Amino acid sequence: MAAAVLALCVVLVAAICVGAADLGWDRVLGELWAQVSGTTSPLDQREADILWQLRVPRVVLAGLVGAALAVAGAAYQGVFRNPLADPYLLGAAAGAGLGATVAVVLAPAARTWIIGPIPLAAFVGALAGVGLTWVLGRSASGAGTAILLLSGVAVAAFLTAVQTFVQQLDTNTIKQVYTWMLGGLNTSGWQDVLITLPYLVPSVIVLCLCARLLDVLALGDDEALSLGVRPGRVRLAVLGAASLATAAAVSVSGLIGFVGIVVPHLVRLLGGASYRVIVPLSLIGGGIFLVVADEIGRTVIAPAELPLGVITAFTGAPFFVLVLRRNRGKLR
Amino acid sequence: MTRARPALPVVLLSLLALVGCAGREPAPATAPTSAAAGAQRIVSLSPASTETLFAIGAGAQVVAVDDQSTYPPNAPKTALSGLTPSAEAIAAYKPDLVVASADTGGLVGALGKLGIKAMVLPSANTLDEAYGQMSALGKETGHAPDADRLVGSIKTELAALAAATPKPATPLSYYHELSQDFYSVNSHTFVGQVYGLFGLVNVADSAPSSSGYPQLSAEALVKADPRLIFLADTKCCKQDAAAVAARPGWAAISAVKNGNVVALDDDVASRWGPRLLDFAKAVAAAVTKAAPGGR
Repeated sequence: MAAAVLALCVVLVAAICVGAADLGWDRVLGELWAQVSGTTSPLDQREADILWQLRVPRVVLAGLVGAALAVAGAAYQGVFRNPLADPYLLGAAAGAGLGATVAVVLAPAARTWIIGPIPLAAFVGALAGVGLTWVLGRSASGAGTAILLLSGVAVAAFLTAVQTFVQQLDTNTIKQVYTWMLGGLNTSGWQDVLITLPYLVPSVIVLCLCARLLDVLALGDDEALSLGVRPGRVRLAVLGAASLATAAAVSVSGLIGFVGIVVPHLVRLLGGASYRVIVPLSLIGGGIFLVVADEIGRTVIAPAELPLGVITAFTGAPFFVLVLRRNRGKLR
Repeated sequence: MTRARPALPVVLLSLLALVGCAGREPAPATAPTSAAAGAQRIVSLSPASTETLFAIGAGAQVVAVDDQSTYPPNAPKTALSGLTPSAEAIAAYKPDLVVASADTGGLVGALGKLGIKAMVLPSANTLDEAYGQMSALGKETGHAPDADRLVGSIKTELAALAAATPKPATPLSYYHELSQDFYSVNSHTFVGQVYGLFGLVNVADSAPSSSGYPQLSAEALVKADPRLIFLADTKCCKQDAAAVAARPGWAAISAVKNGNVVALDDDVASRWGPRLLDFAKAVAAAVTKAAPGGR
């Protein structure tokens, strides 16, 4: 755990030092030192703006989004006892997509209050998608996982169809919605960090508190009941928190795949099978993974960008297969 | 009811057997479209081509245009889609020529089976390609002289505009925005060439791009500090000078500080048709204003 936190710190500092605008890593460190010690900084005003208004918030947001998606993925995999579960499973992605599309069609102006209409609508849409899945998939015993999964599939298909229909009605939406769906952090600033934190922090706290209960759920519902744990309630709490975290992440970064499904498995393969370990390590691992992926995306072909979704799959997939082949025995 | 069922396939099969036996009216013999006469019933699925057709005097021969052909206002706009074209829906207009910007979904082949001629005029990559398409449309519609006149006048006016626009000793740098996530154009595109006429320097040229449409990094853009910003995402994405100034870190960019953020019409700034002159005029006006001592 200490090693993971240390790795996260190293990755964060490295990511802040290197970017598309060549500020010089030594001068960036000088600026950081100047901020701490109050001495004169080597950076001029424009460079300082680039660092503090663009690069730092983007790195922070990459860490937050990666952490949210990975921890949500771990939670979903725990609840459904299925290694293929991912944060978008219950209709969050489709709901967010529909929300974004509707916002583009209806948005009267580019900006409302403090945030644009698209993130807000995506957030509401993601929660509505998951909520709809939950309502339709509820069974008498609280929530059977199979029926919930199938409801998620149906809701996602339906919402995606509605989104396509709305897009056909107004082809002007296609460019904007596509832009948002692709996912990326190129336009992020402190504002995005501030609007996601109020949702991410409580979600993560709930998930960390529930990690032990996920271990109990893994034994089966009857076992859990005999230990005094009510599976339905645990599932509701965990899925609620994980969906809230997913919705917050999606609203500011679009649909970034791969993080929520791969990071928890890497953690499982490298760190063991208890959710008390998997949840916090996924949180840190997801942050590290996305900060590194975004760092690659914004520097490899600078001043141009590589799409983040491409990087996550491109770097993550081979690494994952490698770890998978080495630890074949651990996944049942 | 249930006993009648076995008969159903038999009935269906007999019906199928009858298909193809029906007599038909011979199709009206359409005269082969000669260059002199030109196509008489044109369907345009390409907004740029629609504008050209009307500019060369072939507007009266156009029977339908797609849902994106927003100009000229008197073009017969329909619900036809250029993005997902339906040969059947197009055929309903009985065209003798269909102009499209891409052979999407085997459109040309499908129209060919119906005996309808199709012309594919893809996005122009250069000004010369744009002129070539205008001439081709002229030939195909019997308006070759008009098309040649149009091309000639655009060339003349562009040259005059470029000559009349100040060229600062230090070339002005510019950024052309296609979308809010900083997709841009480099000088190898048709749009970039128009800027090139005025001796501007494109901040996107240093970004590697095989397509000519790189996505720039926000950091790099602020660092590049363009003197001019042209927005081609005003209609699609509701961007304007105020929205740009509100972006994190953008308030410090010269173009934003000096009021040189230019809101273009998305369509005018992306179509390789006769209105490229309007686009060039907008650029010329912006350069004149931004040049040292300019107003």
